[in-house]
Order: sequence, then C-alpha cells, then structure tokens
Amino acid sequence: MVQINLPENSKVQKGKYYKDTTGSKNIRKVNIYRWDPSTGENPRIDTYEVDMDNCPTKVLDLLNKIKSEIDPSLAYRRSCAHGVCGSCAMNMDGKNGLACTTPHSEIEGDINIYPLPHLKVKRDLIGDLNGLYKQYQSIEPWLKTNTKVETTEIIQSKKDREKLDGAYECIMCACCSTSCPSYWWNGDKYLGPAVLLQAYRWIVDSRDDERKERLKKVADELKLYRCHTIMNCTNACPKGLNPAKAIAELKKMLVTANL
Amino acid sequence: MSAYKIIDHEYDVIVLGAGGSGLRAAVGLSEAGLKTACISKVFPTRSHTSAAQGGISAALGNMGEDDWRWHMYDTVKGADWLGDQDSIEYLCKEAPKAVIELEKYGVPFSRTDDGKIYQRPFGGMTKNYGNGIVQRTCAAADRTGHAILHTLYGQALKHNTEFFIEYFALDLIMKDGECKGLIAWNLNDGTIHRFRAHITIIATGGYGKVYYSATSAHTCTGDGNAMVLRAGLPLQDMEFVQFHPTGIYGHGTLISEGVRGEGGYLVNSKGERFMERYAPNAKDLASRDVVSRSMSIEINEGRGVGKEKDHVHLHLSHLDKNIIESRLPGITEAARLFANVDVTKEPIPVVPTVHYNMGGIPTNYKAEVLTVNGSEKTVPGLMAIGEAACVSVHGANRLGSNSLIDLVVFGRAAAMRAAELVKPGTPHEEVSETETEKCLARFDKLRNANGETSTAELRLSMQKIMQSKCAVFRTDKTLKEGVDEIRKVYDGMESISVKDKSLVFNTDLVETLEFDNLIRQAITTVDSAYNRKESRGAHAREDFPKRDDEKFMQHTIAWCNGKDTKIDYRPVHKTTLTNEVQYFPPQERVY
Repeated sequence: MVQINLPENSKVQKGKYYKDTTGSKNIRKVNIYRWDPSTGENPRIDTYEVDMDNCPTKVLDLLNKIKSEIDPSLAYRRSCAHGVCGSCAMNMDGKNGLACTTPHSEIEGDINIYPLPHLKVKRDLIGDLNGLYKQYQSIEPWLKTNTKVETTEIIQSKKDREKLDGAYECIMCACCSTSCPSYWWNGDKYLGPAVLLQAYRWIVDSRDDERKERLKKVADELKLYRCHTIMNCTNACPKGLNPAKAIAELKKMLVTANL
Repeated sequence: MSAYKIIDHEYDVIVLGAGGSGLRAAVGLSEAGLKTACISKVFPTRSHTSAAQGGISAALGNMGEDDWRWHMYDTVKGADWLGDQDSIEYLCKEAPKAVIELEKYGVPFSRTDDGKIYQRPFGGMTKNYGNGIVQRTCAAADRTGHAILHTLYGQALKHNTEFFIEYFALDLIMKDGECKGLIAWNLNDGTIHRFRAHITIIATGGYGKVYYSATSAHTCTGDGNAMVLRAGLPLQDMEFVQFHPTGIYGHGTLISEGVRGEGGYLVNSKGERFMERYAPNAKDLASRDVVSRSMSIEINEGRGVGKEKDHVHLHLSHLDKNIIESRLPGITEAARLFANVDVTKEPIPVVPTVHYNMGGIPTNYKAEVLTVNGSEKTVPGLMAIGEAACVSVHGANRLGSNSLIDLVVFGRAAAMRAAELVKPGTPHEEVSETETEKCLARFDKLRNANGETSTAELRLSMQKIMQSKCAVFRTDKTLKEGVDEIRKVYDGMESISVKDKSLVFNTDLVETLEFDNLIRQAITTVDSAYNRKESRGAHAREDFPKRDDEKFMQHTIAWCNGKDTKIDYRPVHKTTLTNEVQYFPPQERVY
C-alpha cells in the first residue's frame, strides 16, 4: 500500500504543556496547533489546561482566555465575534467552523484546534487565503450592466431578488473550500465552493447583462467540473448556505444554456 | 534602528483602512487615475462595516413622499444641534445619488413590490420636519453593511486598487505641519514599510474597544485617531459615545434598530411598553440616545428584567413570520446563537451597549483634516473619513442608518477632493529620517517591553473604568474618578509585558500597539466629557441635565500628549452650504 508521508519539516511534534494555575475543579484540555516561521522549528501541539468555570460559551472565548491569561503568543485571526466578518474560521474537533459561533460544550473530550486544512500556514492558526482571494477576483465579482439610466435604481422584482438569497450572505470564511477534498487536491485550478457560490451569485443576478459570458468563463473542466458532489462544503458552511446546490445549478445551466 | 528592514513605496494617495469609507475612497481615487494604495490590518471584507445591519439612509422617496431637507432636519435634531449644518446639508443632498450608485455597483438591496429599493422606518427619521414617521432607510434584509462592504470590495478589484493587507499602521510621517505618508508593519513577513504620498486618507473606523461591553469588533481600536494624536493634532467631540439600545445582554452582539423599525418594541419587568412614556410620538423609534437613557432609567428604578433586573426585553414575536424571515434573518440567527432565543416565540434580552463614536478627527465637508489653533485651517496632505472622522454630521448623537451613508458620501467626497489637489505622478519631496526613527523607537520599545503586567490586564482595567465612569449617565464625581483612574492605567504601560518578540503575525505586539492607541483615546474621551458641563445628545450629565447652547454649542477640541491633554472649543457651523435650505436654529429636542 502507498504510504504518503508529510515532509520532515511539517511533522507535528509534541509541544509545551501549560498546567492549570487557578486550582479550578472544572478543567478542560485544549490542544492547539502552533507554528512560528521565524524559529525554524517544526510545528507542535501545545496543550493548555483551562478553567471552564470562568469561560464564556464559544471556542473563540476559550482562545481569548488562553491568549489573555495563559499564553499571549498564540496567534489567530479574530474580529467581529458574531459570525459576520469570517476572520476566525478554523478547524475545531475535526470540523471547520467559526470559533466565534461554535460552542465548546458541543465538543467532547479534549478540544483540538487546528488551522483550516490544506492551506499554507502563516503562523499558528492563521492560514494563507491568498490563493482563494485571487480566485475570487478571477470571477469578476461586480455588476456588469449596460443600463444608461443614472438617476434611478435598476428595477428588480422581489422574485428576482430572492434568487440572490443563500448566495450574497457568504462571508468568505473559506470553511467550505478548505473542507473539500477536490479543492485540497486541485486548489490551484479548481475554483472551489466558496468562489463558485459567488460566481453563481452574479450569474443569477437579474441586473447583470453578462450572464452568458460569465457562464462560459466558468464552464471549465478544472474550474467547475472538479466538483464531485462530495457535499462537505454544505456541511461545513457556518452560515447555513448551500454551495453544493449552487454548483449543481451552474452545471444545470450549462446543460440548458445556449452558449 | 537599522535592525529593521525598511521598504519604501511612493503613491499619489494612500488610504488607511478598507471598510466602507476607505474602499469607496479607493474606488474613486483609482477611477480618477491616481496611483492609490489601500492599507489595512485585516482583509477588506473582515472590516467592521460588515456588521452594520439595518440600512443606509437616503431620501429616495420609494415608500412615500420624502425630501432631503427633511432628512437634514432630522439629522440636525438627532445631533442635538452639535452637527455642522453645511456638512449635514452635503450629506443629505448627496445621499440619494450615493445609494443609487451603490445599487449600480451591485448591492443586493431588498425590493418593494414595484422592484425599487426597499426602505424601512428607523429611529429619528421623520417626514415634514418631525411630523410623522417616514421610511427612509434602504435595506438589504438586515445585512446591509455586509452587502455594501462586499460590493465595494468587488468595485475596488474592478479598478485594480493596490492593496496592502495585514499591514499594521504605526505612525504618520509629518513634516512642517504637513502629512507626507505613513509607516506600517507588514505582519506577513515582519518588514517595515514607508509609504510616501501626497495625500493620506485615514479611514480606520471607531474605537469602541475602550469600553468593556461594545458591539464593536475586536479590531475597532481607532488606530488612525491615535496616529493623529501622536502627530500633535487634535480630536473632536470625543465625549460623544453612542450606546445602542439593543445589544444582546451579556454578549454585546448588535440587534438592529431595524427590529423596532419593523414593529418590534421594548418592554420592562411590568410588561409595560415604557418608551410610550419617554417619547409619546416616536415611542420605540426615538433616537438612540433617548431610548438608551430611557432603558437605563427603567433599570435604575428597578423595572429591569432578569435575575439581576439589569436589562429589558425586545419583543418581536408578534411580527408576521414572513417579515421576520425575509427582513430580519440575521438577527434571528444572532439571537439564537448568543441569547439562546427563538425570536418567533420569546423576547430578546437587551441592554444599552457601546456602539459608535460620534467624535474623531475634525474635518470639513471635503474630508480635509482641520487643525484648530485659533482659526480653522486644513492640514495639508491629510484627510479623514468614516467613523474615524468627525465632519461633523452626527454631532452629539448619530441617527441609525446615517453611518453607512456617511461612509459612502464622504468616501466619495475625499476622492473627488484629492483628485482636485493632486496631479497624478507628481514627484515626492525628500523626508528626513527623524520621523521614521521616532516611530520605530516606539515600536521597538513596546516590542522589547519586559515588565510584569500583560497587555490584556491593562486593557481590561481601561475597559472597566470607561464602562463604569463614562457611561450613559455621567456626573462630575464619576468623571473625575475616571480622569484620575484612567491615568493610572496609562502609567501601567511602564511595566507592560510583551512576551512574543518575533515579527511575523506577532499578535501580542499588535494588541499592545492597539492598546497604546486605545488608552490615548480613552484619556481624551473622559477628559472631554469631564469638561463639558451640560447634557447634549449622547452626553448626559446628571449634574447638568440641561443643554447649554450659550456655553457649549461648540465642538470640543482635544490634544493629547501622553497623559496630558489640552481642551479647547470651536463654534459649530451655523450656516448651510447653499441657499437651497435654511439654517435650522436650536429647538427643544422632543420625540
């Protein structure tokens, strides 16, 4: 059987152990992936004993508590703390999600926290999303309209506007794309669910006049058809969106559209 | 400071911050053919504009008659006559154009039956100069800020704006009272970057994180405001901090005013709709300072709900399920996640929560920064927009949905003014190394701080002091205590500790630099509040309950050097921009 090994410098080692100093009776162990590019050392897993009696409910609260009270060197992205900015996407207990909306009570046993899978790591829990951002730019996420009217809005019926529901709400956290095996394998060529959902969002916008060009652009063996309907994306989306369905719709449109 | 690798850049204009105002400015600048860089400590769509829910105001008149003059009157009144009426005229007159432009950019606004932009009622928005409620707030469900931010980022991509993302700005480069650019630290690789520019536009947002409980994001640390203070320039009206009536109790998450716009209402422990007593006409849609004070009084007089009787209930379960689903889906999700509440069945526990800073960097309506030493003059090379700026259109209290419109109207104004002032490709002057050395000395000192007190401890002390001493209601006693205690926290910086000495994504150092920015603004805020001996808008003094137009119809101007402040005042502009509208003289403010 083929054995695929990690490169030597990616092997994760056992890290530091931070024992509880509060004397709390209610302790949980939190294991966190750590890597600092400036040290030249391999990644490691640090373990923190955390007093849960004085910790609010979400995984982000737990991380904030560790950073404020135990180890200020822990690096992760965070901003709005209520699930709209998409900064704190990470892998918790083997599942991608937003740390600010994921309750730690839903995780059994030790709490394992890793960066989003299959991204280059910049440091600790901070993944490199530049590739995804470039792909986002490639679908030209802006309205292309030929309307000449400048003083009033473009009329859009309620029904047409409804088509954008489930697509425009995407917060670009990348939980979906980084949960997709096809994206892991071909992330440089396959656009992945997050970006395809946005491609779909502009294609179904009744105000856009370049629907066909947009469809043609996305109709590509690698960009689109690397989706094998695995559905991890929909399972992972912390906003309850359904990128898999949008991708299926794109495929359907390509079958029926006269391009 | 040769230890740091310095990389130089030259641009016509640089924009610091990539939220709604920064992106709108960057788009306009790129369109005008100016070589533009947009620098941000977070990826643009992570900016706090994404958290704006309810909508963006503009007198489009899609839901009945409306007039930008009515909008102007409401804004002047909402501001409790501390706003500059020339700027407010500009804001309200330009608003419809700005919203139509956003729609053309692709913002997915909710729609009316005839396919126009949907508008909802919002606090303080009235028709015919205070006679009845008008629907003026344009909405994309309850995710308007998110929709606008993502759309503006798309426009910036369309115009090939150059972004420097995850760069933390340290200081402005000043020369003989002019701004020549700024210095930033690249978190991705630890290098220091010096950006020279003919104009620097600060769009760094508010500084809500000086308080313990705020709807603000972790990143709302007012970095640009603090850079301005360190450059020896003043901030304006810093005592005016808006408490949003409906932050989720215990967590601070924002619940949009749109809930009350769609028919939700507040209830105390006796089951009373208490706003009827405080604002007989507007009721739950009075302006935010009025509603927050009323809630605080209810709680202080023992009519709060819950075990501690320290919050009130926001009811919306009586609303049509379709309306909740189509117009308020975001807050439905937030209430479930952070209050464990099903809004179709139960009320949301809410409490007034720090939300917005009316104060900031003083500017004129063209977004040029003012320095006020005797006379009003502009600081060459420096502009400010968005929540960081104090134009001042919001005066002593901002109306809900006036902030998103502020972002795009003045972001656009800044770009237009910059295009008038700068010819693309103009060569840059030499700047001496002294400014860079001074900036890096501060950076290096904090990086190597080896004291005993963690940044998190000091930050918490600051937040608790601001929360208890500079809250909804203020007195001479609490403010004096605040003035003294906040300085002790400042002194604590002497023994601050930064454990992480590295340069790549050193978030320990980022937060220490942010704290250094926050504490200066906390001092400026509490000192400005202590000196304003009247009640106006969001600044409610129990010992001076009346507005005092004779003494205080003036903007506070505060300089801050370390922990020393200097307070001065400048008169509010009492003229309009054109004769299309007349000046609104001060009146008693009742809703």
